[in-house]
Amino acid sequence: MKSLFRYYRWLVLVLVAGFCLLPLWATIIGGFKTNGDLRTNAIGLPRQWVPDNYLSIVSTPRFWQMLWNSTVIATFTVVLTLLVSSLAAYTLAHLRFAGRKWIANYLTLGLTFPFATAVLPVFIRVRDLGLLDTYWGVILPQVAFNLSFSIVLLRSFFAELPRELFEAAIMDGCSYPRIFLRITLPLSRPILATVAVLALVGSWNNYLLPLVTINDDAVYPWPLGIMQFQGQYSTEWGKVLAFVSLTMLPAITLYLLAQKQIIAGLTSGAVKG
Amino acid sequence: MPPSNQTLIEQVSARKAPPRKGSLASGLRAAYRSGSLTTLLLFLPPALVFFTLFVILPVGESSYFSFFNWNGYGPPHKWVDFENYLRVLNDPVFRLSLTNNLLVILVSAFVQVPLALWVALLIADQSRVSMVFRAIFFVPYILADIVAGLIWHYLYDGDYGLVGTIYRWFGLEAPHVLAQTGWATAALLLVVVWKYFGFHMALFIAGRQNVPLDVIESARIDGASRWNITRFIVLPLMRPVVVLSLFFSLLGSLQLFDLIIALTDGGPLNSSHSAVSYLYTFGIKRMRVGFGSAVGVLLFVICVLVMLFYKRLFMREAESK
Repeated sequence: MKSLFRYYRWLVLVLVAGFCLLPLWATIIGGFKTNGDLRTNAIGLPRQWVPDNYLSIVSTPRFWQMLWNSTVIATFTVVLTLLVSSLAAYTLAHLRFAGRKWIANYLTLGLTFPFATAVLPVFIRVRDLGLLDTYWGVILPQVAFNLSFSIVLLRSFFAELPRELFEAAIMDGCSYPRIFLRITLPLSRPILATVAVLALVGSWNNYLLPLVTINDDAVYPWPLGIMQFQGQYSTEWGKVLAFVSLTMLPAITLYLLAQKQIIAGLTSGAVKG
Repeated sequence: MPPSNQTLIEQVSARKAPPRKGSLASGLRAAYRSGSLTTLLLFLPPALVFFTLFVILPVGESSYFSFFNWNGYGPPHKWVDFENYLRVLNDPVFRLSLTNNLLVILVSAFVQVPLALWVALLIADQSRVSMVFRAIFFVPYILADIVAGLIWHYLYDGDYGLVGTIYRWFGLEAPHVLAQTGWATAALLLVVVWKYFGFHMALFIAGRQNVPLDVIESARIDGASRWNITRFIVLPLMRPVVVLSLFFSLLGSLQLFDLIIALTDGGPLNSSHSAVSYLYTFGIKRMRVGFGSAVGVLLFVICVLVMLFYKRLFMREAESK
């Protein structure tokens, strides 16, 4: 009975793993195939290895420019999200003042609707600020739409830190801003990491916002670049697959390096948010 | 920390705390000295400004713009009452988009979530094998929707790809899945399951690990079978996680966009749109700001209603905790 369960378990797991990985395998390996090979042989190894698809993409500066654009946008988004939301969350967690509850509720309104519902006015705002075709036109709205979940996560974490620490610090004459820097932030690394992971993944993969605010392909983040590339070479799947594989590389590398933190960040963030 | 110690600190801090009732000026002075006033005046405004400027005002403006026929240039001046709303609601493509959103939710509830739960229960332990499979199942979730869409676009291509190859093994002419209405939507649903079941699985694993071990252990000692333990102990205790996971399916469906653009671009014949891809294709792409805003407002109302009802109906116990 026990061994029967074991076989059944392995069978299910291997089948599901195949379902997960086969598409990725077909994509990566497809980048090395000729068009003729792609027609008849989707899963097997290439009959003849053709590195040209990969090499031609890696040798174009446009590809690197795109990744750079995404990196800059993601970096500023993460840093600003952490900064702005932790400042607000700290104030809401530790200070008592008139209207505190009201402000806290106001800042969590963003949890009730997705970005898409406000996309047109955001576009017009970004345009009126003169930020179309700039990094800031993507960064600022992204930060704003990250605030609700970040503040909820950070505030509940900050509020659960031991009160004794704050009381002792206040007795020693430590001011509130210093407590924030010296006590709250260092103790909150796990939750800051969670927020950072959520903001990073969200920014790196974002498509709708840059699609609306960026027209100039010198500023394209990679999701826009990849769609443009696919539009150009729609019939040459080998090239498209190579491009797709190369853009997966940063995400998968990061995932392999920090797998536990990423899974925990993406799910625990969801649970608490 | 021993209780006596704690009370001591409380006593001291109570003594040092400024008196509750004092003049406003002295209160402010105390607040300034402790830095709490500075904190309030410096720490909160950035978040408020960002949030108001890019989240709250746009939602308000959306509802204002939705009453105009406006291409986004110059001030809006052509007031059209509810014409935009009527046009959206009477558009069969919009209704079909909402139906597709609903299909995604149904498939999520009846295929994706059970699959994720099933797999999660098989690998909820801490063994190395389970860790490896967990990592594998989560991979599709970390990819961008765009990437997932393009990969499956290739796999479904009748001339190339997996579907083509499989048909050719049997000597058959492969169908162009993405070029046929109905099939394109079904194809989309499969990709949604592929992309997101890992996320739900991770939620369930976390939920399964919160089921107290001693309960399971005592049931086992009483001779309960593996199936009965799962059926009568583990699953009921995991109900809140299932409720939460379905909540994310709802949310995700209402935001579905990138995947559709990369996979089908809403086609063929606009049969595979979601609400958001409809908004993009018919509002933003053609710069019909009024019309697009009306779609945005409808989407907003749907989101708020869905969330309120869902929370009211299923999530009360979790909140009252």
